[in-house]
Amino acid sequence: MMEIKAGRLVDPCSTRVTKTGAWRTFVPVVDHEKCIKCSLCEIYCPEGCIHQEDGLFVPDLDYCKGCSVCAHECPRMAISMVLEEK
Amino acid sequence: MTANMKVVEGSYAVAHAVMCCKPDVISAYPITPQTHIVEHLSQMVANGELDSEFLTVDSEFSALSVLVGVSACGGRCYSSTTSQGLALMYEVLYNASGMRLPLVMNVANRAMGAPLNIWNDQQDSVGARDVGWLQIYVEDVQEAVDATLQAYKIAEDESIRTPAMVCMDGFILTHVYEPVELLDKERASAFLPEFRPAKILDPARPMTFGAFADPSTYTEFRYQQFEAQQKALGKIESVAREFQETFNRYYGGLIDSYRADDAEVVIVTMGSVIGTIKDAIDAMRAEGKKVGLVKVRCYRPFPAQALRQALKDASVIAVIEKDVSIGAEAGLVTDLKSSFYNSKLRIPIIGFAAGLGGRDITVKDIRKIVERAEAARKGIESEFEFLDLRWEIL
Repeated sequence: MMEIKAGRLVDPCSTRVTKTGAWRTFVPVVDHEKCIKCSLCEIYCPEGCIHQEDGLFVPDLDYCKGCSVCAHECPRMAISMVLEEK
Repeated sequence: MTANMKVVEGSYAVAHAVMCCKPDVISAYPITPQTHIVEHLSQMVANGELDSEFLTVDSEFSALSVLVGVSACGGRCYSSTTSQGLALMYEVLYNASGMRLPLVMNVANRAMGAPLNIWNDQQDSVGARDVGWLQIYVEDVQEAVDATLQAYKIAEDESIRTPAMVCMDGFILTHVYEPVELLDKERASAFLPEFRPAKILDPARPMTFGAFADPSTYTEFRYQQFEAQQKALGKIESVAREFQETFNRYYGGLIDSYRADDAEVVIVTMGSVIGTIKDAIDAMRAEGKKVGLVKVRCYRPFPAQALRQALKDASVIAVIEKDVSIGAEAGLVTDLKSSFYNSKLRIPIIGFAAGLGGRDITVKDIRKIVERAEAARKGIESEFEFLDLRWEIL
């Protein structure tokens, strides 16, 4: 829980606490079979929230806004945007 | 006139008061009728009388933006503007109050364009009543001087940390020459402590001001600002009393009144028109009419409780103001009615937009308003009207 300081004064790294993925409508789903590990999704992600885990590219859903840039850039169309039900 | 008084221009008197407050940075853009204030200040800096950084910027937007940065770094700031200049600052007004930066700014009240008009009314700052700044409206040059010093003390209080506008009628107060007791630098310094905010921008300890707040916390920040303004109600009064002890002058903290104790008709207003109203009241009192005045000195926070107390025995209230909320009524009359509605007070309140775009408000006008108010005791015909509309040119 983040402390409320008048004037919205925050210490560095506040977004570790403030998650910003809540307003996402579509969620990227990566087909790791199709993925050729070119890392374009990681490079193009405007939030910088796609990273490698055990050699696989995965979006960090705490921050992913569902913008579809990764899906658009993927040369193998390995990423599909799926309506997220909450 | 006392021995210490000098006949000076209103703008000079205010600039001198600002000098006594020793701002670290002054940033402003020239606009009539505010320009003389910062011209005098720039002269004081050039003469070495005032050790401040004077920044000439490219717009009012920049003027205030610079000060947001300076204030966040712990510097005391000053600016001054009016009308379209204040409008251009609009976005930054919210940033300053939202980041809880205690800037002080004089607004030399002027009409808003279009139509282009450089004369006085209070549309500019009344229109900015919701931006989260404190707003004090002064009656004469002496009060403008004194309120400027008081404003720093109120705004910078650690429990308040809210920017303040000291609103003075353009030309009527900025360009008038009248006898004023200029502030004594040493006494002003003793009255106003150094600006030492608890939290500042400092590379050694990085911090963000006014950071992102999502729907789960945004409301709480607005509530904190609301609460700080409520605290300011008490602070404005106590600072006015403290000022009285040091300087022997008092204008009321939140409100003031004139011959209102037994008055049946009470006029409520803000700003320099009060002088004329007092003269009109004296003349009507001599004729046996029970007329009085309640002056709203502090418009934000709105002193609802003080006004209910001061007006509870009135038979009818007439609000005179130099602004219009186009499509509704006007700022002061709306707020006053709102503060009465859920109370036990059942007093007719009528409102008048007067003095727009610099039109004179005369003693004759005040008499006319009092007549209308007396008629309204038997039943309100019109809740809100434009005083002296020239039907022949419409």
